Amino acid sequence: MLNNLLKNKGVIFISEERTKKIVVNNLTKIFGKKPKKALSYIEEGLSKDEIFNKTGQTVGLYDVSFEVYEGEIFVLMGLSGSGKSTLLRCLNRLIEPTSGSIQVGEEDITKASSERLRLIREKQISMVFQNFALLPHRTIIDNVAYGLEIQDLPKDERHQKAEVAIETVGLKGHEFSKPSQLSGGMQQRVGLARALATDPEILLMDEAFSALDPLIRSEMQDELLELEEKMQKTIVFVSHDLDEALKLGDRIALMKDGEIAQIGTAEEILTNPANDYVSKFVAGVDKTKILTAENIMKRPDPVVSFKSGLQVALKLMEKHGISSIYVVDKAKRLQGFLKADDAVRAQKAGKTMEDVIIKEFPKTTMDTPLQDLISIRAETDQPIAIVNENDKLVGVVVRGSILAALKTTEEDDEEQVEEVTQ
Amino acid sequence: MIVPQLPIGSVVESAVYWISDTFGFALDAFSALFGFIIDIFKDVLMAVPPLLFVVIIAAIAYLVGRKDWKLALGTALGFIVILSMDLWEYSMETIALVISSAALALIIGIPLGILAAKSETLYRILRPILDLMQTMPSFVYLIPAVIFFGLGNVPGMIATVVFSMPPAIRLTTLGITQVPTELVEVADAFGSTSWQKLIKVEIPVALKTIMAGVNQCIMLALSMVVIASMIGARGLGYQVLIGIQRVDIGVGFEAGLGIVIIAIVLDRLTQHLTPK
Repeated sequence: MLNNLLKNKGVIFISEERTKKIVVNNLTKIFGKKPKKALSYIEEGLSKDEIFNKTGQTVGLYDVSFEVYEGEIFVLMGLSGSGKSTLLRCLNRLIEPTSGSIQVGEEDITKASSERLRLIREKQISMVFQNFALLPHRTIIDNVAYGLEIQDLPKDERHQKAEVAIETVGLKGHEFSKPSQLSGGMQQRVGLARALATDPEILLMDEAFSALDPLIRSEMQDELLELEEKMQKTIVFVSHDLDEALKLGDRIALMKDGEIAQIGTAEEILTNPANDYVSKFVAGVDKTKILTAENIMKRPDPVVSFKSGLQVALKLMEKHGISSIYVVDKAKRLQGFLKADDAVRAQKAGKTMEDVIIKEFPKTTMDTPLQDLISIRAETDQPIAIVNENDKLVGVVVRGSILAALKTTEEDDEEQVEEVTQ
Repeated sequence: MIVPQLPIGSVVESAVYWISDTFGFALDAFSALFGFIIDIFKDVLMAVPPLLFVVIIAAIAYLVGRKDWKLALGTALGFIVILSMDLWEYSMETIALVISSAALALIIGIPLGILAAKSETLYRILRPILDLMQTMPSFVYLIPAVIFFGLGNVPGMIATVVFSMPPAIRLTTLGITQVPTELVEVADAFGSTSWQKLIKVEIPVALKTIMAGVNQCIMLALSMVVIASMIGARGLGYQVLIGIQRVDIGVGFEAGLGIVIIAIVLDRLTQHLTPK
């Protein structure tokens, strides 16, 4: 049902040609000493358990393919043991993949020599770790400068660059502290600064915020989004936390048993789960936080412009059986809201449309979450106008659409609960 | 039931004699080299006037102990007691032997420990050898040492090196293998070379454990240097031996007290070298 809502939203996506930064094709990782044997069993279609019983080899990843676009946050999500961290470590070959290819930019890094790989890690790809992984014997600035030190930069230069990274993450003044003197949240800022200091194109973040307590975690997520807005790095973020994935991910790959169960945006995964596993996984999500005005709004039909005049406005209202209409200017920017009663009165008094339109009415943007729409709606009787960044009217949310959306989310939840209890 | 007698003893014996006969010239060269090293240490230590030495070592204790004046004072008092017992020259000889033996043991032991941490195969080969080295009664080392190097300081030093090396190797290996995986991954993820990884991450993180090995090595060296007096190594141990031979309680006790003082000072100093 939510799908229908999405289909009916009447918004045309502007598709841009985006650059693919990482392209992973048919990546497989087998842990153990006889990967070839396990590989041939996989091709024969044996299950992972059968392969383990027969060969003692563990299939970590199987036939994983995906793309990460330049400048996006791509979240690898799954339960522990789903292979998400293994997959992340294959991207910089901390774990050597058994087969498949990983294209970073123009280069297949699975074919890179160890020296070439070292250079890629030095300059192109850096990493943030779950437990911060700061070097305990070094000061903050020397921790941040680690990657630059590896590049053999002179001390002044690397401290200068490290200083910039430290400021970026808001840790100015702590340069000469030791890691043990900082709180968990601050330590992970150091971890982030260290990864940013080498100015890499790609950031790999392995459960980067999982070790932090909830408040700090949410704060760090917000800051990461802010930083990302400015820097436009390509980020691959591993998380087991669905809320985190939905919040951070431009796109999400949900993993299960070393395979990708579904790839898509948060909305796609929530509203159109590819299989039972995905729908069970997302069952607990509060969809009022995820669904936005864009997903539930209706086409703003009809609208009237100033130059059409009151007569036309009244006719349109009569034709559509409505008692009010939105008024836009020439550039389709939303100007106000005209009630039928007011229009009739104005016509009698010889006033123009400009004189009688109501300028105080609920208006919000496309990315407003459903839960906020509910509270806006609670304060007014009027439908909520949805505008884009140019203040152009793109949709309208009436009470019915909110109720419909709420109803479907509840129904979904109930269905899923039933499935789980069965 | 008759168990056939294995000729382990005679095999080892003939092997030792074979080495002695075949590599005699090399052993002589080693002997000369090590003797020279010990003499240098001893000459340097002896060249310093005793009271100046007391001041210097107290200053070192003060610095190493992070401005712990009690450690400095205790160290100074200890050496003044040694001086007052008229055991200065013997003590310097013992310290020279300990330092040269421990230094050699560490120069070999720490790199070997690092290699063993990196190579599972080497570790498997080393482990039984280390077990043997540590459990074999220390007196037994004295026999081949005498055959190879004759009597005196050099065989004492060689026996000491063999005896004191195992903890340096073991604790270095332990320290390096205990470096958290994430920190090793950090080194790799930022493109470190193996050497950079070792110098910038692994050794600093493992330093505490490695330094515990250094401490152990020095303490074992001191105990072995004393035992090595049985094959003619000089120093305080030799005075203890004289005490035993003459049943002279006074000489034996004074020399023993000197050893205790040196042991305590060396232990405290090396313990404080360990980073906190």
